[in-house]
Amino acid sequence: MAHAAPSAAGFQDCRNIWVSTLEQLAESDLRIVAVVNDSIGSSKLNSFQKKFPDRIINVGIAEQVLVGVGAGLANGGRIPFVSAASCFLTGRALEQVKADIAYAGFNVKLVGQSSGIAYGELGATHHSIEDFAWLRPLTNLTVIVPADAWETAEAVKWAAGHDGPVYLRLSRMPVPDLIIPNRQFRPGHAETVRQGDDLTIIACGTTVHLAAAAADALAADGIAARVLNFSTINPLDETALHEAAATGAIVTVEEASIRGGLGGAVAEFTAAHKPVPVERVGFPGFLPTGSVEWLFREYGLTPEGIEAAARRALARKA
Amino acid sequence: MLTNDKLPLIRDKALWMRRTAFTMVHRAQLGHPGGDFSAMDILATLYFGVLNYDPKRPDWADRDRFVMSKGHATGALYSALCAAGYFPEDWLPTYMQPKSLLNGHPNRNYLPGIETNTGPLGHGFPVATGIAIAGQITGAPYRTYVLTGDGEQQEGSNWEAAMVCGHRKLANLTLIIDRNRLQQGAGTEETSGLDPLDDKYRAFGFEVHEVNGHDHAALLATLSAPPGDKPRCVIANTTKGKGVSFMENVASWHHGVPNDAQFEQAMKELV
Repeated sequence: MAHAAPSAAGFQDCRNIWVSTLEQLAESDLRIVAVVNDSIGSSKLNSFQKKFPDRIINVGIAEQVLVGVGAGLANGGRIPFVSAASCFLTGRALEQVKADIAYAGFNVKLVGQSSGIAYGELGATHHSIEDFAWLRPLTNLTVIVPADAWETAEAVKWAAGHDGPVYLRLSRMPVPDLIIPNRQFRPGHAETVRQGDDLTIIACGTTVHLAAAAADALAADGIAARVLNFSTINPLDETALHEAAATGAIVTVEEASIRGGLGGAVAEFTAAHKPVPVERVGFPGFLPTGSVEWLFREYGLTPEGIEAAARRALARKA
Repeated sequence: MLTNDKLPLIRDKALWMRRTAFTMVHRAQLGHPGGDFSAMDILATLYFGVLNYDPKRPDWADRDRFVMSKGHATGALYSALCAAGYFPEDWLPTYMQPKSLLNGHPNRNYLPGIETNTGPLGHGFPVATGIAIAGQITGAPYRTYVLTGDGEQQEGSNWEAAMVCGHRKLANLTLIIDRNRLQQGAGTEETSGLDPLDDKYRAFGFEVHEVNGHDHAALLATLSAPPGDKPRCVIANTTKGKGVSFMENVASWHHGVPNDAQFEQAMKELV
């Protein structure tokens, strides 16, 4: 049954905590540098630049060398945070991410900014909804999608201390703090946001609070939906997925394409281990222009849309 | 200072590396011997006359870096790393065998002395740029050398890197271009012409030198000269397949492999 308090008020743009955390870390660890592609403002790195002018490397609008330089800086003993709009970081430079970062195994932190559909009106070229599908097969790359400000800070701190390649998928879309007692950031482990055994809603990033609200609505109807904050997309928390499959029905929710992303991963897993109904909430493909709010509503990334998906999954439950 | 006493060693090593690489390719019936042989004198000069390294400490922070951007030329790279003492000779026959550490393209996690994974073209120069920037911002004394093929210069990522090098005046970086004028299927100039390559790099803010890429003395002088105030570009004019009569300047030897008779013939010539 739902036990935690609903999401609190106070929506935050997690870019603020990303950069304040990075600055704190950079004060004490001289190896930390930022690498950008003319993306200082959109990465909110202006104050980092003022504090550490020699430790921000702006390669200009050039994503291949952006990522390659990140790998080289790691070779030279630095801990680079390569920060760029995720659509370009992961799309334009995908082969560099594959070969120079993941396959080579360099200690580089890729930070995808304004991910998902944060640039709603700018259209599909600027949406980054394919990144999960592109990056998930890169077995050596840890992919983390923080759900709120607290988790963003924890993820940045963890990434700085972890010796290996990481992709942090950040958003500019304000999200509320999740209220979960005794939180601990455990990369590779799903976090239980709501308890429940009737079905499991697996969400990540900006959609976790929406999934929690959907679970609260279902609880009012006597349906106990478990909600997982699945903030590590790669590697998958297989224990949590086994337990989710045991509830007999699953809904996945992501600000991403339902092809090959979190929903795809869960479907792969359940098909191989314990086939159960999986309803995937996300985007079907290239999207029309529209505000973030409109796109979320249009494609059912709302408490109501997730609740409806949950009822569909329950109806299919054996 | 010119250290011409190194020349006999470089000559001996280059010969050993050619014989070794061709033996590897013959045995595996796989490889890229044309490009191995055009680059061989450059690698021999670097490893036995220029680079500051210690094969027992491949992670030594202040080692000079050599990035093999033309990653397909593993015959050249592996024979150089073996000659330099990074791994034993008895690993060489495993070249491209299942699960061999001597992968078809270099992997830094498999063998010591490999600075980054390459293979897809246009990756090594950007990574070398990052290595040089790390040295620039920390004041580390190491130098970074990167070798690209000439056909490889058609990859746009090189020009992204060139802009960054010129902008940051990365004098600790030397780009060497193996200018054998042949790419996989045809000549560079009939495919997507590179000339005037020297003017291009000058325009990007490089100090440009053109040398005979098989002249060890010229290579040694240019590659070991102290850094100036700009990144350095060394256009090494080479012959694809250099050293084996039937391979020289024949594009099909890009990834051609020798039969037994050709192998015997090459071994007779490589003395």
